[in-house]
Amino acid sequence: MEFEPKILAFCCQFCAYSAADLAGSMRLQYPPNVRIIRLLCTGKVDPLHLLKAFQEGWDGVFVAGCLEGECHFLQGNLHAKQWVNYVKKLLKEIKIEPERLEMFNMSAAMGTRFADTVREMTERVRKLGPSPLNSHRVTENTEK
Amino acid sequence: MIVAKRKPIDEIKEMLKPYQKILVLGCGSCVAICMAGGEKEAGLLATELAMAFELDKTPKQIDNLTILRQCDKEYIEEVKDKLKGYDAILSIACGVGVQYTAEALGGEKILLPGLNTTFLGATVEAGTWAERCRACGDCVLAEYGGVCPITMCSKSLMNGPCGGHEKGKCEVDRNRDCGWVLIYERLKKLNKLELLTAIHKPKNYGAVKRPDKIVHEAYQTPQITQIKEAK
Ligand code: SF4
Ligand code: SF4
Ligand code: FES
Repeated sequence: MEFEPKILAFCCQFCAYSAADLAGSMRLQYPPNVRIIRLLCTGKVDPLHLLKAFQEGWDGVFVAGCLEGECHFLQGNLHAKQWVNYVKKLLKEIKIEPERLEMFNMSAAMGTRFADTVREMTERVRKLGPSPLNSHRVTENTEK
Repeated sequence: MIVAKRKPIDEIKEMLKPYQKILVLGCGSCVAICMAGGEKEAGLLATELAMAFELDKTPKQIDNLTILRQCDKEYIEEVKDKLKGYDAILSIACGVGVQYTAEALGGEKILLPGLNTTFLGATVEAGTWAERCRACGDCVLAEYGGVCPITMCSKSLMNGPCGGHEKGKCEVDRNRDCGWVLIYERLKKLNKLELLTAIHKPKNYGAVKRPDKIVHEAYQTPQITQIKEAK
C-alpha cells in the first residue's frame, strides 16, 4: 500500500484559510492528507507548535500566510518565515529532514494555489517517506 | 545582561546519556531576553531532545520548567521539591545559574550546562546581542567618551589605535568595527577630542579579585543578627 503522509497546515484566516475554502467552492481536487489549523495570522505560529507537531507524529507541516507585504498585522508572515527556518535547523540537527516543514504565501483569491500547495507538500513528503519518528514507532509496534 | 548561546545538540546529548529522568531548567531573566534559556527555549530544547533520544532508540523522560532567576535562592527554593525527582537537571541559565542552582540544592543534584555563557551585552536589534563590557572592576568609560576600549578594541588598547584599521574596521576581523574609531567618533560628537591627548597608565587588571565577592555596606554591620538573638 502506498504511504499516505499526514500533513498539518497552519493557515492564516485572511489568506490561506480562505483560499482553502475557495478551493472547496471551486470543487478543486486536492489530496485529503491535510488537516488545517486556523490562525489569526501566521505571526501567531510558535516554534514550539511546529516542533511539537513533529513530536506528535505528523509527517509534514506547513505554514501558509498572506503574500509578503500583505500581512494584516504587517510582519506576522515574515516572523513566521523566520521561525519556520529556525525550526528547520532544529529538525536538521536531530536528523529529521527539514524539507518536511515549509512556509508558503498566498492570497485569499488563490484557491488553485492552495490546492497546488497541498499537492506539492503531499508529494514531497510521500517521497521522503514516513517521519523518522513514525517509522521508528511503527517498527516498534510490529515487533511487539 | 548576560548573553549566552545554546550548546551544540550533540554535546548536550552526550552529557545526558547516562540519565533517564531529565529536567530542562530555564531561567526567566538574562538568558530569556537573549532567547537562549527562557521558557520558550526550555520547551523547545526539551521537545527536541525527547525526539532525538527517541530516534536513537533510547527514549528518555525530558520535562521542562522555568523559574524567574537561577542566581537567587528564593526562586530555586520554590521548586526544590520538584527538582528532587530528576536524575539530572540541564540548566539553561548562565554559568552562574547552573552553579548556584547546584549549590542551593545542597550539591546533591547533578546540574549540567545547556548553554555557553558568552558575554555581557545589549540587545542591538531584535535577535542580535553585542558585547559591551568585560566587568573589569575599574570603569574608565569617562575617559573614552563612553566607549569601552577594553571591550570594543580587539586588543584592548588603552592609548590609541594600533594603526591597522581600514575604513573603520578592525584588522583582527574586518567585519568588526575598530573600537578606537568608535572612541574617536564619539569624542568628536561630544566635542571632547582633547581627551585623546591624555596618556593612560597601564590598566589595573587586579581591580577584581577572581573570584570576587561584594558585601553591601548596609549589610556589613552585625545588627541584624543581634535583633534575631534578642528575640
Ligand atoms: S541565572 Fe544567570 S541568566 Fe539567570 S538571571 Fe541570573 S545571571 Fe541572569
Ligand atoms: S571599563 Fe569597560 S570593561 Fe571596565 S567596567 Fe567599564 S565598560 Fe566594563
Ligand atoms: S494576516 Fe495573514 S499572515 Fe498575517
